[in-house]
Amino acid sequence: MKTYSMEHPELGIISYTDKKRYLWLASFFMPLFPMMGVFAYYASGSEWALGIPLFFSYVVIPFLDWGLGSDENNPPEELVPQLEADSYYRILTYVTVPMHFVVLIAIAWFVGTHELTIWSVIALAITAGSYSGLGINTGHELGHKKTELERWLAKVVLAVPTYGHFCIEHNRGHHTHVATAEDPASSRMGESIYKFLLREIPGAWRRGWAVERERLARKGKSPWSLENDILQSYAISAVLQGGLLFVFGWIMVPFLAIHNFWAWYQLTSANYIEHYGLLRQKEESGRYERCQPHHSWNANYIFSNLVLFHLERHSDHHANPTRRYQSLRNFENLPELPNGYYGMYILAYIPWLWYKVMDKRLLELPHINGDLSRVNIDPDARESIYQRYGQGQMPAAAG
Amino acid sequence: MATFKCPGCDYLFVEERGDDHEGYPPGTAFESLPKEFTCPDCGVRYKEDFEQVED
Repeated sequence: MKTYSMEHPELGIISYTDKKRYLWLASFFMPLFPMMGVFAYYASGSEWALGIPLFFSYVVIPFLDWGLGSDENNPPEELVPQLEADSYYRILTYVTVPMHFVVLIAIAWFVGTHELTIWSVIALAITAGSYSGLGINTGHELGHKKTELERWLAKVVLAVPTYGHFCIEHNRGHHTHVATAEDPASSRMGESIYKFLLREIPGAWRRGWAVERERLARKGKSPWSLENDILQSYAISAVLQGGLLFVFGWIMVPFLAIHNFWAWYQLTSANYIEHYGLLRQKEESGRYERCQPHHSWNANYIFSNLVLFHLERHSDHHANPTRRYQSLRNFENLPELPNGYYGMYILAYIPWLWYKVMDKRLLELPHINGDLSRVNIDPDARESIYQRYGQGQMPAAAG
Repeated sequence: MATFKCPGCDYLFVEERGDDHEGYPPGTAFESLPKEFTCPDCGVRYKEDFEQVED
């Protein structure tokens, strides 16, 4: 396996071998999981088999995270430039892009050409949507990069779940405003994922369009210009999903609607758990302090990180948004989630359980230490949270 | 004409070149960029964080 090394003037020879180098191929082979249900259906003849991929994502992966545990691989900062320069890793992200098209088309074909119960159609739409949610993650990795090719591939892959506004909104909106009350993509303490969903999806859409409109206005162009990066991606979506509708008929309307929603909801789920309750402080100048490592929740589990291009090493991602996935690092003493993202999604879908696990964890973080003024709190939950955890403190002026 | 660098991700704003994609034509002075300007590449460094570099 390839070893990176250098002679450091003070530390002597530093070397690092990425033991996960070939495990990263998992991202490329992940489509086998959504397809597994279809294969098992042919093998068994039972429609129950179509539920296997969902069972794998939401039950098996959390157990694998729990069983396989933490990831000990951590490249030394000094060798990050060498890892970044290794083209193997970036090629993996490129070849993952067409896989997202293959999976949606294959599952749509299956739905469009078989007599299935409504439950099977729903299960398949959710399966395809869950994988296209991973497509948003692939788009996320590519869209943070500086090369034209990678930015173009991000627009292409985001077309699969019709989420072409994501990169603009995420890079220029979320990263700038993360962990503030103003960010629609940072969840607040006491806000359930269902309430968050209604704030995050429309809020992110509006902000993405606002940023793109401003950019085009600076160039003297209309928002309807062909240079609009969002519309370019939507055009690919129209061809892809319009084509599926044309070929496979009306069954594609509910199938694609559920698929698209579920893909967006996967992103909503990730956003919900990544910054829950965390808050940047305002400086005297009126600006927010720069995003610090303690403004993101992390999960350093080996399995789900392989599926998600290290997204769960989230603090380092926010500190260095353009850094490539293979070089993201884990640090001690960061806000840490008790399971990988998939396990945490399930927890988030059951709000009372989420609050039970996370609220205590949030308030025990060293930089918060029970101080509710350092928490991003849902205004509607403010009073009850202060009553419960405020130890006699009264809420500051509401609003 | 000067060049300004994002200290986080090394994005360069070269005044002579401007930034066509962002809608800043060649010859745009860094000073004249809007107050809310953030790094077009990483999005996390503000205008006042940028450092002037020798070209």
